[in-house]
Amino acid sequence: MPDKKEFDRDSISNTLIVAIGLSLVCSIIVSSAAIILKPIQEKNEEEFRQQIILDVAGLMKPDVDINVLFESIDSRMVDLETGEYTDAADPDSFDALVAAGDPTLGVAIPSELDIAGIGRRAKYAPVYIVKDGAQIDQVILPVYGKGLWSTMLGYLSIAPDGNTIKGLRFYAHAETPGLGDQIDKEPWRAQWTGKLVYDGGDEPQIRVVKGIVPADAPGAKHMIDGLSGATLTANGVTGLVQYWTGPHGFGPYLKTFREDRVRRAVRPSALQLAEITTTNQLGHHDE
Amino acid sequence: MSEARTVLIDPLVDNNPVTLQMLGICSALAVTTSLLPALLMCVALTSVAALAGAAISALRHRIPNNIRIIVHMTIIASLVILVDQLLKAYAFETSKQLSVFVGLIITNCIVLGRAEAFAMKNGVVMSFLDGLGNGLGYSLILIAVATLRELFGAGTLLGYPVLELVSNGGWYEANGLMLLPPSAFFIIGLLIWGIRTWRTQQAEKPEYRIHEVHRTEVF
Repeated sequence: MPDKKEFDRDSISNTLIVAIGLSLVCSIIVSSAAIILKPIQEKNEEEFRQQIILDVAGLMKPDVDINVLFESIDSRMVDLETGEYTDAADPDSFDALVAAGDPTLGVAIPSELDIAGIGRRAKYAPVYIVKDGAQIDQVILPVYGKGLWSTMLGYLSIAPDGNTIKGLRFYAHAETPGLGDQIDKEPWRAQWTGKLVYDGGDEPQIRVVKGIVPADAPGAKHMIDGLSGATLTANGVTGLVQYWTGPHGFGPYLKTFREDRVRRAVRPSALQLAEITTTNQLGHHDE
Repeated sequence: MSEARTVLIDPLVDNNPVTLQMLGICSALAVTTSLLPALLMCVALTSVAALAGAAISALRHRIPNNIRIIVHMTIIASLVILVDQLLKAYAFETSKQLSVFVGLIITNCIVLGRAEAFAMKNGVVMSFLDGLGNGLGYSLILIAVATLRELFGAGTLLGYPVLELVSNGGWYEANGLMLLPPSAFFIIGLLIWGIRTWRTQQAEKPEYRIHEVHRTEVF
């Protein structure tokens, strides 16, 4: 034991004391920092998410308050199964990941359909509708799925034809820096603009290929250049875009845009909406 | 306190961790495309180096020899996480650009090197100053490289336009190479050349020189 004359710092007891004591002190410092700073970090994350929505919509302006810009965007809830709007949840406070795990708000995804690798999804999803005067300019859909290391969360913007992609951006992911993280960097993400999701049918055809898309390839308008060194991340992006635009995702909702012109007009008032919903449910379209 | 002065000033040029010891090159390439993330990285690394030096020095008589590197890593890693959390809270946008490189300070040779070489043998204040000095030496190079890269690569400094770009109707054609990692190698190389021309004692002696052999002619 620590004698006055000779303190043996290499003794087993001292080694254990230093190891345990240091781990304890360090873990307390680290965890209290994480807890104290969490509210500020979450606020940052939330603002960043809104910024990405604005950015994918092409509405982002520097030096203008995000909340002001956000007012021009209408958020609505969609029942994914029917593709109809619903008031079952508040789109501004809805947390899709929490709802997915909830037994009443979430549903399990059959494994053969689960190309995004997410297991469960919420029954409802928020959509963000951007208007241009009286017409809908684009709808922004939240999409997420597994990449190589992480769940990648992003927004996909679709033109009111329910088919043309206007942009894809990710606001949270932990893919390999320098390789997989190109999914949210120029010039790769710019390629999505103008690509088509569907080719006549209801199954999404859009995908990330290996290598460069030849300009004259059949179906080039459904293809995105691969990311060298990040094939699994790119496959994850294909999976999540196909899942969320597919029949189990926003497919029914997007289909209403492809078929139903009423949807393309500016968001109907609650009353009109109720009428449209009823006529749709009863099955008489008077178009 | 001339000794303290030496400990603080020496790593700036005469014993610079980047240009003389060739440490910390990885992050010097990665975070210097523009000045703002580079500045943030400098603050992060300097504070970690200084605090880690002080903490390790304070514990130096207790740290058992056989787990000393693990102890260093634990202290450095905790400080890095602390800095990373602070950046995520108060400098969110820029910390996103730094991505993994703040986390990689844990494995930065400058921090671990100073802990092992200096803090284990010297007092708390001296070790703090030594960490600070080495952090500032690293910062000096990073700031120089980032200033050159941002100015000639994007025509801006800290995001403010300095050289009017051709694309905005000005006269300067941005040099795209400056935004790619190789340009940092070139700039650091030129800096080392410059410093060694100025301070000739830094130039290393060649390890081997081909001798001229005088052949004795045999008849």
